[in-house]
Amino acid sequence: MTDAPALTCEIALGDRGVELRIEIEAGETVAVLGPNGAGKSTLLSTIAGTLRPDRGSARLGTETLFDLDTGGRGSWSQPHARGIALLAQDALLFPHLTVTENVAFGPRSRGVPRRAAREAALRWLDEVGAREYAGRKPAQLSGGQAQRISVARALAAEPRLLLLDEPMAALDVTMVPPVRQMLRRVLADRTSIIVTHDVLDALLLADRVVVLEDGGVAEEGPTAEVLAQPRSAFGASIADVNLWTGTATADGVRSAGGVEMHGVAHAAVVPGHPAIAAFAPRAVALYLEAPVGSPRNVIPARVRELEPRGATVRVHVAGPGGAELSAEVTAAALAELGLVPGTEVVAVVKATEVTTYPA
Amino acid sequence: MRSSQYSGLPAWVYVPAAAGAAFVLLPLLALMARVDWSQFISLITSESSVAALRLSLVTASISTVACVVLGVPMAVVLARTRFAGQSVLRSLVLLPMVLPPVVGGIALLYTFGRRGLLGEHLEVVGLQIAFSTVAVVIAQTFVSLPFLVVSLEGTLRTAGRRYDIVAATLGAKPTTVLRRVTLPLVLPGLASGAILAFARALGEFGATITFAGSLQGVTRTLPLEIYLQREVDPDAAVALSLVLVVVAVLVIGLVRGSRGQM
Repeated sequence: MTDAPALTCEIALGDRGVELRIEIEAGETVAVLGPNGAGKSTLLSTIAGTLRPDRGSARLGTETLFDLDTGGRGSWSQPHARGIALLAQDALLFPHLTVTENVAFGPRSRGVPRRAAREAALRWLDEVGAREYAGRKPAQLSGGQAQRISVARALAAEPRLLLLDEPMAALDVTMVPPVRQMLRRVLADRTSIIVTHDVLDALLLADRVVVLEDGGVAEEGPTAEVLAQPRSAFGASIADVNLWTGTATADGVRSAGGVEMHGVAHAAVVPGHPAIAAFAPRAVALYLEAPVGSPRNVIPARVRELEPRGATVRVHVAGPGGAELSAEVTAAALAELGLVPGTEVVAVVKATEVTTYPA
Repeated sequence: MRSSQYSGLPAWVYVPAAAGAAFVLLPLLALMARVDWSQFISLITSESSVAALRLSLVTASISTVACVVLGVPMAVVLARTRFAGQSVLRSLVLLPMVLPPVVGGIALLYTFGRRGLLGEHLEVVGLQIAFSTVAVVIAQTFVSLPFLVVSLEGTLRTAGRRYDIVAATLGAKPTTVLRRVTLPLVLPGLASGAILAFARALGEFGATITFAGSLQGVTRTLPLEIYLQREVDPDAAVALSLVLVVVAVLVIGLVRGSRGQM
């Protein structure tokens, strides 16, 4: 979508303690992360027009969404006039309409004739891979199917800005990767904001990350940068996961450095295609020599940095080809192994705790 | 075999509960026992009975439509907006539900009667409302409206605003949202509210006799006919009462049906 508009939004809500400013470039997808109560939903509601801030203004492209700073008079456009679609955790498909009627709702509201609206609806159902459910009622759908159709319904309204409020939080875990793949495709050239708790959403869907804390912007930047060197507390907590990027193999991911991480592959992973393996620091054990037995993921590495975290220590190690890993080690184990920066170690990662995703 | 859940009730509760049920059902049985079945058909098809029954059905139907036309916007405004004095207004609007109907009738008389607040001006343009069929409809609408408003407002609140908001962000104007999303979603509540309003209109007596009088074929509805026949022909009164009981049972069945679809 070449005519995607840019968004500038500056809001203040006294009673919620929210005061922030965000800017989104044309066609950019921004992930908004943050703890509960940080102001994420408030931000989306004011942009969508369902909540009125005390002060602030927002522009989408050349159009003013609201401007409440002009001496108290201010302008405020109604939600239906903004061209902004909102996707929530729950699909919220209208239960009394069929799937096709749901998707045709946006075009019909715009005044598109019945037949053309229906054709548009079927096209969007194709786009999200849900054409086969066209004649069903929402009650006859699974959560994943309903959320796909809800995406089709939002896109059929031809919004200039798409807001996604934790769109995958209510889905069964097995449904998340395919829905994420679909979102990745449709969000590619759209101006959009996705509120999420999942670091993989930020990594795979967003160009940039904004971390909100206590009603304000705690940090922002390109996704990879924020995840590599988080400066906010919340950024650090969500970045606390090992990500192994590379090419999918039969049951894992081969990094650019040629080291394969075996894991549990998700059905949507296609060997030969880009993929990411994710695993927690506690799935990584460090040894001075390769352990006996035959663990599947044995990676030679060198200790780079030690970072105390309460009762445990995060040991950051560098593997072959610049791959970074962090391991959760108890203070006792650390002393026993005598780890210091520069120590050569062997990192063993439990394959059962590694999940691979299409990237 | 139906599985049963632990009720947690003390055994003695069943005694007053059964007494209460008997208290409600016994008079109905007594009424049935008094029906003169051999004369039943001829009693309920006499000229005055048919006229009253027909007038009741026609006026109660028109009143129900009036309740929907006025009550749906009222329920929507009460459920979806917030303004100063709203809770007071809600209580006042529900007043006809608890007001003695005869008081309602007198109030209507001083509104639409010849010397009434509006009636005076209507008289000038040649409109006389009191003691006409229109007065019957007004009296019935007055007492029935709160039933529809209460039922629909509750359903609207339970349904919440989430679907309305989604519809608006899809570009639907407020009228489209109301017509295509809000009202279809609360249709069961609207249906049961309308049925309750119809039932209340059909049974209306006090406000009608005060404000509309009792002219056969014009304002004498079934309850008024029953009251009149009670002196003249008790058997006819009993037979017509049974007709209203049957209608009431049907109404309860319909309300349960419309609620059950949710």
